[in-house]
Amino acid sequence: MSKDKPKVATASLAGCFGCHMSLLDIDDRILKLIELVDFDKSPVDDIKEFTGRCAVGLIEGGCCNEENVRVLKDFRRHCDVLVSVGDCAINGGIPALRNGIPLKECMDEAYLNGPTVHNPSGQVPNDREIPLVLDKVYPCHEVVKIDYHLPGCPPSADTLWAALVALLEGKPLELPYELIKYD
Amino acid sequence: MSGKITFTIDGKEIEARQGQTILEAAEDAGIYIPKLCQMKGLVPHGSCRVCTVMVNGRPQAACTQPATDGMVVENDTPELKGMRRDIIDMLFVEGNHFCMFCDKSGNCELQAIAYRLGICAPKFPYLFPNRDLDASHPDIFIDRNRCVLCGRCVEASRDIDGKCVFEFVGRGPHKKIAVNAEAKLVDTDIDITDKAVNVCPVGAIIKKRVGYAVPIGERLYDKEPIGSDVENNKK
Ligand code: SF4
Ligand code: SF4
Ligand code: FES
Repeated sequence: MSKDKPKVATASLAGCFGCHMSLLDIDDRILKLIELVDFDKSPVDDIKEFTGRCAVGLIEGGCCNEENVRVLKDFRRHCDVLVSVGDCAINGGIPALRNGIPLKECMDEAYLNGPTVHNPSGQVPNDREIPLVLDKVYPCHEVVKIDYHLPGCPPSADTLWAALVALLEGKPLELPYELIKYD
Repeated sequence: MSGKITFTIDGKEIEARQGQTILEAAEDAGIYIPKLCQMKGLVPHGSCRVCTVMVNGRPQAACTQPATDGMVVENDTPELKGMRRDIIDMLFVEGNHFCMFCDKSGNCELQAIAYRLGICAPKFPYLFPNRDLDASHPDIFIDRNRCVLCGRCVEASRDIDGKCVFEFVGRGPHKKIAVNAEAKLVDTDIDITDKAVNVCPVGAIIKKRVGYAVPIGERLYDKEPIGSDVENNKK
């Protein structure tokens, strides 16, 4: 590992890991990528805490609980450029479908009333180990400053590749028409 | 009067017929002016303002403003693009647009304009309003989460189908599309073959059981931006 390679960190907050899958979808370009960068805190290498300053942070998923907010703020502190990857990070995505429903109703449906629920004690999980759930799901740019957005559910591998290459070369990121997709 | 007039759009000379709107004349000349509420075959009513252009230095809706001899129109300027972007951004945050599972994705005019304007994320905070849907009808459903209040369905039902199935109720943020029945769409006399079912620019009025028929990559706006058809007609 060379010392001067820029570092990339990634996180999945309230997302499904589909955007990370899309990153793996860059296929053999992944070999070029690891020549270009070192991965820091990321599920890709399972590094749990930042080891230093990162050039680029990729955030998948929005903020649905306090843990998501903590991780996101940590990324903002450690990354020069922070990128919202995918619709959940940009607009809350599927998790944000709960935003029109009061939190108590969501919890009751999930743990008490749902058709597949088996919960004889009738307890809604409430342990200090479990991150506090937020009143609604927040897009990342409503929590911290985000520098770039890569829309898509997930963004295509080509979109992620184009963005990473541009950012690592220090160029401004402008996606061509074919790479802007919300689905 | 010969009935012919000439004016300029972004410095280019356009010939138009007396009585044409700026938008009609522009499209005939192969110039795309973004539009959302206007649709060929329906009377324009200028509600969305996406088509706003500068006419002799003042903002006007191109879909309702008649072209006049010698007028100077600006269309493709950074200022107008920014203003259109703001309108589109607002339409996204004021509704609940989950494109990832929307039937209309790839064929949606709102989404397509956003793509064409290069929007990666809206700049205003999301409102996540509570809007209802109506799946009561066997063939058609309404998802008000995606309605942009363009009024096309209202007009098509009234003027083409002769039925008045749709009308707006409420004002401001409470304005919504309503149906002409005690309760639900199923109680109206709407039919799957009605024009009103085919005019929605977004995924708010949807035909059941035909969704996702065209694969990703082959949908209307996958390859070419909205407006390309107009621009390809360039004389
Ligand atoms: S109506 Fe258009 S913009 Fe809205 S969710 Fe559907 S595809 Fe997206
Ligand atoms: S339902 Fe569709 S056609 Fe009717 S007003 Fe809403 S967006 Fe326009
Ligand atoms: S298209 Fe002209 S105001 Fe909507």
